[in-house]
Amino acid sequence: MSQSLRPYLTAVRYSLQAALNLSNFSSQEVERHNRPEVEVDNTSAELLLQPMHIARNEHEQVLIEPSVNSVRMSIKVKQADEIEQILVHKFTSFLEQRAENFYVLRRVPVPGYSISFLITNKHTETMITEKLIEFIIDFMEEVDKEISEMKLFLNARARFAAEAYLEQFVY
Amino acid sequence: MSDIAAQFKLVKGSIYSHCFNQDRSLLAITYDTDCYVYKVSAAKQPQLVAVLPDHDKTVTAVDISVHGRIVTCSQDRNAIVWEPLSNGTYKPTLVLLRINRAATCVSWASSGYKFAVGSSARIIAVCYYEQENDWWVSKHIKKPIKSTINALSWHSNCVLLACGGTDGYARVFSGFIKGLDTKEQVAGSPWGEKFPFGSLVREWYQGAWIHDIKWRSSIDKVAFVTHDGSLNITDYTDDIKSVDNPEGLPFITLCWINDHEILAAGFSNHPVLYSEGSRGWEVSKILDSPVKSAGKLVASTGDDEEEGAFGMSALRKFKELDLKGKVSQQEEKSTHVNSITELAAYKESNNNVTQVSSVGLDGKLVIYKL
Repeated sequence: MSQSLRPYLTAVRYSLQAALNLSNFSSQEVERHNRPEVEVDNTSAELLLQPMHIARNEHEQVLIEPSVNSVRMSIKVKQADEIEQILVHKFTSFLEQRAENFYVLRRVPVPGYSISFLITNKHTETMITEKLIEFIIDFMEEVDKEISEMKLFLNARARFAAEAYLEQFVY
Repeated sequence: MSDIAAQFKLVKGSIYSHCFNQDRSLLAITYDTDCYVYKVSAAKQPQLVAVLPDHDKTVTAVDISVHGRIVTCSQDRNAIVWEPLSNGTYKPTLVLLRINRAATCVSWASSGYKFAVGSSARIIAVCYYEQENDWWVSKHIKKPIKSTINALSWHSNCVLLACGGTDGYARVFSGFIKGLDTKEQVAGSPWGEKFPFGSLVREWYQGAWIHDIKWRSSIDKVAFVTHDGSLNITDYTDDIKSVDNPEGLPFITLCWINDHEILAAGFSNHPVLYSEGSRGWEVSKILDSPVKSAGKLVASTGDDEEEGAFGMSALRKFKELDLKGKVSQQEEKSTHVNSITELAAYKESNNNVTQVSSVGLDGKLVIYKL
């Protein structure tokens, strides 16, 4: 981990802490509905707070959109080249297909980002908020590592496959 | 902890609201779509005596009147008054709220003859019993409320009604009901001359969502807590005193201790005591906070490692710094492990609250000593 990652993650952590103060809030637009206000077309703008945008560089960014009863957090994972782009896409879609097991994962990322989380007041009521933040920060740390490991593995495998293939042309 | 007089784990889910009756022998809490009523005796686990089940959506608030009537309100748009019967059960009476969105908060006037319900329909319904129809009916306060009402509080004169909501305005309305209230109740009030029903007496713009608002009737002051993490105290002179939370996280609830002290609590899981001195309002004590977190207030300015982790070797320190970029947090456990949703005065002696009860999203009831 490089030194600039630490302030980045710290900023994300404190921003999340500030955003994850959610209350049980029933819709004031639709009768008998209780829905995440950040996800719906909102005519009552007062229920949404100012989104927070934290960027380490153009490839690594976080967008936190808080509202009265939900927070949407989107992460842009580092994608330096085409291989990484493919890997990130495969990796996040693997997770998103299993979104119900992750509780806070959103099935579709916000446009421009690799992966999104949707945390509602249900989650903060049943889980410890600190641990939830810890999980997301851990995820952000791990995902970079994971992607670069996969990339190394992929390269090694490609080299091995190429060697095995080209060996037959050696006389 | 010396600050804790008692703590009970009541339910497995979140409690949004609770209320003790007049002699502190009964406790009502909201739990999911029900309201649970407990019998309380000193220092023993409360005994569940009744479940009030008639709501079909989350119950948001509960209050008990001086006569022992329980009123609950829920996101299913209804409020129900539960009349205690002699055999220990409760007789429900639906209140004609005439609102089409969730009811969010409810509060009995101190006389016990009327109550107010705040709602997401941007309406406050002031409800009273109508003898000839045998029915709780309501009158609406609509203007100029622009968003959900989060909190309500009655002045002890049963006329002035303070409210706050997500539109960022704290307002004082008149809840004067003809035939129920008399002009003597508000005679000589510093808030005005005439109080026709629904008239706006005062409003203060705060900007952030207001989570709770409470009267201190004896000195005619109003205190409210907002989502920007501040506690605000004001009175009829419109002079707003504002003081921030040292931890930065917003408060959800507050409770007047005496004329010069307020206890507030919220998302940071433990209450904070504010007092008014010669330099105005300031933090005087943080209750139930582990020694660790008091130190953190100072240390948290940098993202540096917290000192004093017992037996932490230099190696581990550098390893963690290198590996995770993360503070090795010692578990900071306060009694509530999730947000505190409501504080209420539990014991009082000559106008000074000595014990405060609180409930939280963790399903606990805690009684704090001051």
